[in-house]
Amino acid sequence: MSLAEYRGLESIEGPLIVVDGVKGVGYDEAVEIVGPDGNLRRGRVVLIEENRAVVQVFSGTAALVPDRSRVRFLGRHLEMTLSPSILGRTFDGLGEPRDGCGAVLGGFRRDINGQPINPMARAYPRDFIHTGLSVVDTLMTLIRGQKLPIFSSNGLPHNRLAVQIASQSRITSGDNFAVVFVGIGIRNDDAAYFIEALRDSGKGRPPVVFLNLASDPVIERLAVPRTALTAAEYLAFDLGYHVLVVMTDMTNYCEALRELAVARGEVPSRKGYPGYLYSDLASLYERAGVLRDRPGSLTQLPILTMPNDDITHPIPDLTGFITEGQIVLSREQYAQGVYPPVDIPASLSRLMKDSIGKGFTREDHPDLAGQLFSSYSKVQEVRALAGVVGEDELGAVEKGYLKFGQAFEKRFLSQGEREDREIGVSLDLAWELLSLLPRSELTRLPSSLVKAHLKG
Amino acid sequence: MKKQGRVISINGPVIRAKGLSAFAMREMVEVGSLRLLGEVIRLEGDEGILQVFEETQGLQPGELVVGLGEPLSVTLGPGLVGAILDGIGRPLGSLLQKTGDFLGRGGGLEQLDAKRNWEIFPQVQKGDIVTAGTLLATVKETPLVEHRLLLPPGMEGEILEILPQGFHDGESALARLRDGFGREMELPLLHRWPVRTARPVRQRLRPEEPLLTGQRVIDGYFPIARGGVAAIPGGFGTGKTVTQHQLAKWSDSKIVVYIGCGERGNEMTQVLEEFPALVDPATGHPLMERTILIANTSNMPVAAREASIYTGLTIAEYFRDMGYDVALMADSTSRWAEALREISGRLEEIPAEEGFPAYLPSRLAEFYERAGRVTTLGGERGSVTLIGAVSPPGGDFTEPVTRHTKRFIRCFWALERELASARHYPAISWTTSYSEYAAEVRPWFETHVDPHWGTVQDALRRILAEDEQVQQVIQLVGEDVLPDEQRLVALAASIIKIGFLQQGAFGPDAYCPPEKTFAIMELIVHFYERAHDLVAKGVPLRLIKEAQEVEALYRLREIESDNLQAFEGIRRRLESRLERIGAERLAEGRSQR
Ligand SMILES: Nc1ncnc2c1ncn2[C@@H]1O[C@H](COP(=O)(O)OP(=O)(O)OP(=O)(O)O)[C@@H](O)[C@H]1O
Ligand SMILES: [Mg+2]
Repeated sequence: MSLAEYRGLESIEGPLIVVDGVKGVGYDEAVEIVGPDGNLRRGRVVLIEENRAVVQVFSGTAALVPDRSRVRFLGRHLEMTLSPSILGRTFDGLGEPRDGCGAVLGGFRRDINGQPINPMARAYPRDFIHTGLSVVDTLMTLIRGQKLPIFSSNGLPHNRLAVQIASQSRITSGDNFAVVFVGIGIRNDDAAYFIEALRDSGKGRPPVVFLNLASDPVIERLAVPRTALTAAEYLAFDLGYHVLVVMTDMTNYCEALRELAVARGEVPSRKGYPGYLYSDLASLYERAGVLRDRPGSLTQLPILTMPNDDITHPIPDLTGFITEGQIVLSREQYAQGVYPPVDIPASLSRLMKDSIGKGFTREDHPDLAGQLFSSYSKVQEVRALAGVVGEDELGAVEKGYLKFGQAFEKRFLSQGEREDREIGVSLDLAWELLSLLPRSELTRLPSSLVKAHLKG
Repeated sequence: MKKQGRVISINGPVIRAKGLSAFAMREMVEVGSLRLLGEVIRLEGDEGILQVFEETQGLQPGELVVGLGEPLSVTLGPGLVGAILDGIGRPLGSLLQKTGDFLGRGGGLEQLDAKRNWEIFPQVQKGDIVTAGTLLATVKETPLVEHRLLLPPGMEGEILEILPQGFHDGESALARLRDGFGREMELPLLHRWPVRTARPVRQRLRPEEPLLTGQRVIDGYFPIARGGVAAIPGGFGTGKTVTQHQLAKWSDSKIVVYIGCGERGNEMTQVLEEFPALVDPATGHPLMERTILIANTSNMPVAAREASIYTGLTIAEYFRDMGYDVALMADSTSRWAEALREISGRLEEIPAEEGFPAYLPSRLAEFYERAGRVTTLGGERGSVTLIGAVSPPGGDFTEPVTRHTKRFIRCFWALERELASARHYPAISWTTSYSEYAAEVRPWFETHVDPHWGTVQDALRRILAEDEQVQQVIQLVGEDVLPDEQRLVALAASIIKIGFLQQGAFGPDAYCPPEKTFAIMELIVHFYERAHDLVAKGVPLRLIKEAQEVEALYRLREIESDNLQAFEGIRRRLESRLERIGAERLAEGRSQR
């Protein structure tokens, strides 16, 4: 393919430009555009009709003038330069260094779109990641190779929680652990908080950072997770690192996608988002996993803020349909002073079932977790009832649930931001709290476990 | 010379091309230098539109489009069982060898491995007159499956030659045949069938036998018939996939076809890792020896997702035609509907509801119509039971896919977010689910399991229905102020919910034979009736509730399936305890008087 250069644009519409009279241009090809200001912008071909190409410009089309712009088709796809020296570096959405430390040396280039993993090449994720958070380790265990998002809302401490998970995670005994941080349309101070906190976490290696800040071009948000995941895949599956990718805020990503879809005049689906939002998000989230014949793993911890705290909004909803569970944060819990303010009934780790219990964490873990979920959901029922009839009218069993609920939130769920609890400590604490309930209420626990663990 | 056209425009998987006047609608094509596979989905004079089953990155206008002369088809024959295929029927195992851990493109359309040898046992002789569906030969494909090679639909004639017993590969000619017009033809061992065309049958039969699933809430409460159609709708994380996996593992089907349609790669891997290690309770063989997987995960091309459903259906029908009971799970039909929507959007068709094309209902109807219990062309009984997961956005069952699906299915296992949040699994709602097969399969259960199946089931339903009302009152005023009779309903219902309806998929309770399902139902109902008598006589419910023997009812599911006689003992102890409570209390009452 030749590096053809064209002068002049047929039209500019929002983030899209149309170039006429092109030849030999391929679908999804990378493009460079230079406007009268001399600045280089990058784009990709999103539609070709005979000799017209529609190009999506990542850095925005502001200041482009149709007949004073030059367009070069690069004959390849968008690529990220990879080498072991990307560790500790900071890049923009298209994989260009933005830390002023110069180009990545000695690297090779790889298409940022990645390719789907053949399901036969995958190994089912089974290795427990110890996060030191009671609620996560016991009730929504994180597994190496999992994609487990945090569903949060504006004003909730999702960033702190993500940092705590990333810095306390004991992924393996070795030190081949790496964090990739992906900032998508986030504020500068949030980015600074993450980068600093992750650097300080004492885990040895500084994170690889990919940043598209709120002030950066919107359409570039569509590229940044892809670029970052390409780097993460390289670290995991080529170099054998256990990689934890923290991506925030996926809501900004989805909004950029909507903006582009509207510019292209596509038929919208729910709330104006394109009908392919599901497949598009899946092309990111499915890049997590473990491969049978390669070392390393890629675990994703995407963060999203639910518009209007609404979990049925398409962004959390479609994410939940793709990821392997979710950690939902609750405004109510936070208002009660609980940290981490996890909404327990709504949260779930789907992969924990095969990776906890005997030989993984502890024999009593699976049934204990089931009992805690069920008892805590009963607490909610009893609280609702108490709200109607008054606490005094409750029976003895109901009163027991109220006591249990309070103790559970205060002592089990709540935890310091630097407090790292052993899983065994968390499980023992859970047994202790369950003893506040009558034995007849513990229907999820086989009698043998009750005998062995329940005191009194 | 092959037919050739040229690419004009590229919009994701949708491609416009010219020079297609000799092409047929739905004809398979190869596009460009990478020879990407696609099919013709619209023809307008010399131009037309193709949908491509692989990523179109890098494709350019002017590249070649080559017609392959047949519609999208799947190769049928030995080698399917135990395999995992992509949406257009290519084994992922051979793609792994061709393109490595990550799926590449342009792998060609090689489906079954034609080089593999199979031991053929001929079942006809020279001179036999055969018609469509006649058994020509058998192959022991796996210890669980005898693969029957039949004369394909639309053929008949006299056998001139048949492969002798022995090992032959997939490229061999199975037989030579002379038809009624004296034409001779060769019949290949593997045959191809266009996936969008239903395979013909002699007659459709009424469903009357249950498909046993080993799931109490299904077998005992919302049963599915062989050849029936069911939908499992539910928001994310409510248990669609776990339920489908349970059915794939434990249903008493001869063949299971599992279509992972737009879902997670790990879920396919899980089946590949788990099923070879799991043993079929009926035969003692690994479950993988009866399972066929079709995988188009959510990050694989969307046009192949649309095709994957048909590929799976065709394979299911092929085994049905051998006289087998086949269960087909599609997880999730919503992703298939969304694939239709995406292609339709790129074609700029006028959308109906929520962007879905107006033909969504008719496509759904066609899909579910391919299920059924039938007499095959060869005169055997076979069935395809079809169970589709539905993923309604926001868990809202009024959205188009759920709503239209409901028109074509007869069994609705509605997963409820509240139940899943409370970890009541399977989260199948006992109020909004239904099975129109319950009455049809009841006689079977009464003949094969217990003559009281129907009455016990009705009693169970009555308790849960009454409990609905009792619960409404409890939510308003609390339980303590209710009369004992109503509190007993709540107690019995709670035993039913926890001890009967709940069934963990990952422990020893994963599979429950119908005899045990009945034993649990029966004992709970029996308890309720006896306790009801006592309460009516003035025995306080508190005394009954506290009894250890009553608490034990919550744990009946822990009794092992091969130890059902244990129910006798439990029943006797419960019986005598209730008797004692009654006698003491009534004596007390008399002496006080
Ligand atoms: N019968 C069951 N026993 C135990 N756990 C269950 C059962 N059913 C569901 N679960 C739990 O619920 C989780 C989610 O279930 P599942 O993956 O089937 O949801 P889903 O409805 O398929 O969601 P999605 O639409 O996102 O794919 C499982 O990982 C498991 O933890
Ligand atoms: Mg699922």
